[in-house]
Amino acid sequence: MSEGDGAAVIANGDDAPRPLRIVGSAIADRVYTWVLTAFALCIPALLLLLVIALGLAGWPAFRRFGFAFLTSSTWNPVAGIYGAAPAIYGTVVTSIIALIVATPLGVGVALFLSDLAPRRVRQPVAFLVDLLAAIPSVVYGLWGIFVLLPFLRETLMPFLRDTLGLGGTVFFSGPAYGPSMLAAGLILAVMVLPYISAISREVLLAVPRSQREAALALGATRWEMIRGAVIPYAKSGIIGGIILGLGRALGETMAVTMLIGNRHEISASLLAPGYTMASLIANEFAEASSDLHLSALMAVGLTLFVITMIVNGIARWLVWQVGRTGSGRP
Amino acid sequence: MEHIRVMRFIVATTAAVFALACAPGDESSSADTAGKASTSGVSLTGAGATFPYPLYSKWFSDYANNTGIKINYGSIGSGGGIRQLTEGTVDFGATDSPMTDEEMAKAKGPILHIPSVLGAVVLIYNVPGITQQLKLTGPVIADIYLGKIKKWNDKRIAGLNVGTSLPDADILVVHRSDGSGTTFIFTDYLATISAPWASGPSRGKEVQWPAGLGAKGNEGVTGQVKQTPGAIGYTELIYAKQNKLPFASVQNAAGNFVEPSVETVTAAAAGAAERLAPDTDYRLSIVNAPGAQAYPISSFTWLLVYQKQADQEKGRKLVDFLKWAMTDGQGVAGSMDYAPLPASMASRLTERLGTITVGSGT
Repeated sequence: MSEGDGAAVIANGDDAPRPLRIVGSAIADRVYTWVLTAFALCIPALLLLLVIALGLAGWPAFRRFGFAFLTSSTWNPVAGIYGAAPAIYGTVVTSIIALIVATPLGVGVALFLSDLAPRRVRQPVAFLVDLLAAIPSVVYGLWGIFVLLPFLRETLMPFLRDTLGLGGTVFFSGPAYGPSMLAAGLILAVMVLPYISAISREVLLAVPRSQREAALALGATRWEMIRGAVIPYAKSGIIGGIILGLGRALGETMAVTMLIGNRHEISASLLAPGYTMASLIANEFAEASSDLHLSALMAVGLTLFVITMIVNGIARWLVWQVGRTGSGRP
Repeated sequence: MEHIRVMRFIVATTAAVFALACAPGDESSSADTAGKASTSGVSLTGAGATFPYPLYSKWFSDYANNTGIKINYGSIGSGGGIRQLTEGTVDFGATDSPMTDEEMAKAKGPILHIPSVLGAVVLIYNVPGITQQLKLTGPVIADIYLGKIKKWNDKRIAGLNVGTSLPDADILVVHRSDGSGTTFIFTDYLATISAPWASGPSRGKEVQWPAGLGAKGNEGVTGQVKQTPGAIGYTELIYAKQNKLPFASVQNAAGNFVEPSVETVTAAAAGAAERLAPDTDYRLSIVNAPGAQAYPISSFTWLLVYQKQADQEKGRKLVDFLKWAMTDGQGVAGSMDYAPLPASMASRLTERLGTITVGSGT
């Protein structure tokens, strides 16, 4: 509507006195600003409403159990006792596993594509890696059940536990059934890989050519050039990519639910089953009929939200820190 | 100046529209309009249990072909069905576990439980090297799921399966991780037959499992059991039959080991139906039912309707459909591996449908 008005003013512009034309465009500008501001405000408003809705719905559970909701391992819908500690623990541990595995892989792929790969290899490989992001979560889950779990149970877990002798440590002890925090962490690693790799690749490609040439001109080897001139320049962007991957790992639901074994227990062993907050909600929401149960699930949702915010906050701070120190260097 | 004022008005209106679009109330208001739209049409809407969904969708399509009345059903789970019926957003609900008194009290009026067909839960297993069907009793199943029986060659399992060479392997217990009517039937049975289970995990759509792994859905449990040597799990009878899984025969109240099948499940309902009180509300459990051929881990699945139907047209259509389900519908059930209700019970239920009042009763 406003555009039509503006157009009309401009169309009549030749006959109309000049000041009116300026007023007209100023109004159009103002409308434009207002509309965009309204759009922009919608997002924080949505976020705020989400927090309020989750907070109100989860409040009865927080009030009933207090701090124990975050520290207790008892989740008993029949008795109406809820403690989300195993789910919080599982969420954090599986995400850490995912990042430990996916970061070197993702950054490595990105470096290969930006600095080492011949031009005709770059496009197909980049496309394939990006394609990983397009696979639906449930497909990852099915692949996990039918391919990853048997491999873990029969090959990788016995190898880690017995051949490498890691079974003596608490991290790899106990029976290996397959569904475990390790399995969930590995599937998450595959799922976050494209995010880390795609963003790192773009950032690395954006490093100016002069940066590389200068390093080479000083007699640096290719590795020294990458380490000394390329990575420091791209560092904050790479960290941003890792954070995006972490966000995805924290909230991922379906594939994790299918592979983690869904057990309310904190176990140091990565071979043991666990739980995550997202899978807890996915599992129980549909059939939760008591008010307290629903409230407990909402409270888990709010906890997940808060943890994601904290992690993102730390990440922002990291990027900012790196950006600040990094900017002095080149 | 006038121009600017008009502009301001436009902007304000636009902002208000956006604000409305962002508001959380949006969802409920659109649900309201959807509800109104369906009122003016002829169709009925229902929501609830996923277990009987394949049968219900066949029922609804058959019924639409016969009568032209369309019924929409969302298989969103029993809990969701109860919630939606309580809020009055659907015309009928469906559930695998009867509503509790607390849930009934929250509803907008008295709710009738109408058993539609029967379901059963079977124990599937992956024990390397055995060829005969495994025999189990309730207390043994309970102790396996309590984590007290840890090996397949445990004396108590071996004692029930003389002649079968059971391996010295760990038992991996697999249960459902998602809330489910299947879990309710299974835990209801265990709580009925085993005192330690009743005082421990007890019965529910989700319980605190003392042992094992949780897998999502029937297919998750099946996948886990199939893949892991030494695993035991539970699924719905139909699911196990359609996927040709080996399942155990279970000792019933009469002391016989009974293999789950459409006939033995209906037999369980017949055993229970004989002892029904005349004024029963049909919220009854038929686990461990009497009867020589009754399979013990059986249960009804229910349709839920308000006894007072405010909307005359809809109410009448709903009652007609329910009567059809009690008669012609039962024949369809058997052909789809769902155990039909015993004939005597179906006719009693048809009479009970007469107690539904239609019209300005509210």
